[in-house]
Amino acid sequence: MIKNLILNIRACLGRAQVRFIGLKRDLYWIPFDVLLPLLGVSTFIFIYKSLKMPPITYTFVILGGSMISYWLNILWSMASQLYWERMTGNLPLFFIAPCSINSILIGMAVGGIYATSVRALSIILLGIIFFKIPIYWQGLPQAILAFLLTLISLYGLGMMLSSIFLLSGREAWHLSNLLQEPIYLFSGFFFPIKTLGFWVASLASLIPASLGLDSLRQSLIPESKPFAFLSFEIEITILCILSIIYIYMSFILVKKIEKIARREGRLITRWQ
Amino acid sequence: MLVIETINLSRIFINKKTKKRIEALKNVSLQIQGGQIFGILGRNGAGKTTLIRILTTLLLPTSGSAYVLGYNVENEYYKIRPYINLVSGGENPGYGVLNIKENLFFFSQLYGIPRKLAKEKINKYIKEFGLEERAYNLVNTLSTGEKQRMQLIRGLLNDPEILFLDEPTVGLDVESSRFIRQFIKKWIEETGKSIILTTHYLAEAEELCNLIAIIDSGRILALDTPSRLKAMGSKEILYEIETTPLSLEFLKNIRGVSIIQDKYLDGKVSFKISLENESLISNVINKISELGSNIIYLRKKETSLEDAFINIVGRSIEDD
Repeated sequence: MIKNLILNIRACLGRAQVRFIGLKRDLYWIPFDVLLPLLGVSTFIFIYKSLKMPPITYTFVILGGSMISYWLNILWSMASQLYWERMTGNLPLFFIAPCSINSILIGMAVGGIYATSVRALSIILLGIIFFKIPIYWQGLPQAILAFLLTLISLYGLGMMLSSIFLLSGREAWHLSNLLQEPIYLFSGFFFPIKTLGFWVASLASLIPASLGLDSLRQSLIPESKPFAFLSFEIEITILCILSIIYIYMSFILVKKIEKIARREGRLITRWQ
Repeated sequence: MLVIETINLSRIFINKKTKKRIEALKNVSLQIQGGQIFGILGRNGAGKTTLIRILTTLLLPTSGSAYVLGYNVENEYYKIRPYINLVSGGENPGYGVLNIKENLFFFSQLYGIPRKLAKEKINKYIKEFGLEERAYNLVNTLSTGEKQRMQLIRGLLNDPEILFLDEPTVGLDVESSRFIRQFIKKWIEETGKSIILTTHYLAEAEELCNLIAIIDSGRILALDTPSRLKAMGSKEILYEIETTPLSLEFLKNIRGVSIIQDKYLDGKVSFKISLENESLISNVINKISELGSNIIYLRKKETSLEDAFINIVGRSIEDD
């Protein structure tokens, strides 16, 4: 039992290390993952500025922009990752190794969280410097709680999606595209999801980024409370539930999908 | 010790679009003892890789059963995985953003090898495989031969009881192929572990394997040592002879001898003859002496593994 745990912790850290090294070695993320998203975020800030909206709206947008980094990481570096691992020939080696595939997925998540946090914090930092966004620092402990829960549930969802994407071929690419743009709208990255109405916002809450962002905004921008979808406490409770469901489901799905993949030979087919 | 056993193992793939059934393996029954290199020889698409995939727990059989180290591949796969490893030719797993050492360390962690031990093993193998100077180079800058050496190191990191090598020298230059073959032989001698090797290179199979299974269209057609398989080749007894000038007319008078080929060059005669039985060669030699000619060269032509393969499968290993 302990031997097995150590094996899986080692596998997890080993996979996370790939991302740590990648971040250090491949510096393209600075222009592509920090500066370009900041340009997109700036557009919304200038729109709000031209409409003479209060500066808290800038904070609103900057927080949304940093959360987009996590969502993109989930889609392209978690959900589609096993598909890419199969294309490069790594996947069969993951499966014939004695460690659980979940430990590799968690390693990807840990590495992804680290790499994306560097990017997200860079966006927030540049937002503070360039746009002097107001932040209510007293709400930081609550914000950290909301943020951590959001990450756990978000990456739980990512692990779940990666199993599903594994069964797809080239469609994995289209699925990621499909989940990218609409989520920009439904997760309220640039506006409060409350505006979407109760039912649409409820459905959007299945994406942890939606509620996570809403609760983050409530903690760091007290003036945003009237625009909040649900109370902070309820959102935190839902995020806890989503975390448990997504992580549990990802464990179940990986097992099932490995079985299907072994039966149908999908672990070995490439470039289909 | 029996390391692998398959009983009536079959695997069918169904093309979802055309609904066409492809029987990749048909009732394969094998028993493989440990401590040897067991070769699976066949043409492309013969079923070699499918068999390896089932034995390495990547694929489930459609019917029949397979046991690796006594464990069933279907439901005891997790007991098999710590004791096996797989190296496939023509594939380059790993991460381009990492160097050789980092890649190997990553793969060692999938087997839970303690950090210090993993690094010691990696350093030892990197030295043994002549990759010291490239150890800190990113994998995507390596040559094909260097990549394959790295893959072989990866396959050895967990000290597997059974190492599966799927066409390990495919696409490699002569020097890299030779290095890998020599290493394989040395590893087996030193460790007494087992290697299951699939190849479509006859010379490689003949050089390395203690036993060879010839597979075609998903069936095992023959299983024996390379020398016994060669004996299954052509039944003809062939001799190549070179003499001083001589008319070959006399051969027509010896019953059971036929000329296959003759050449007259630089005052010498080279000819190839087929004999119905081995004893006829003494008649031929005596007659040459009687006719006052000297034998410069005489060699019995051995049947090659290729001859045996053609005889068993009905076509050459390279035919499409």
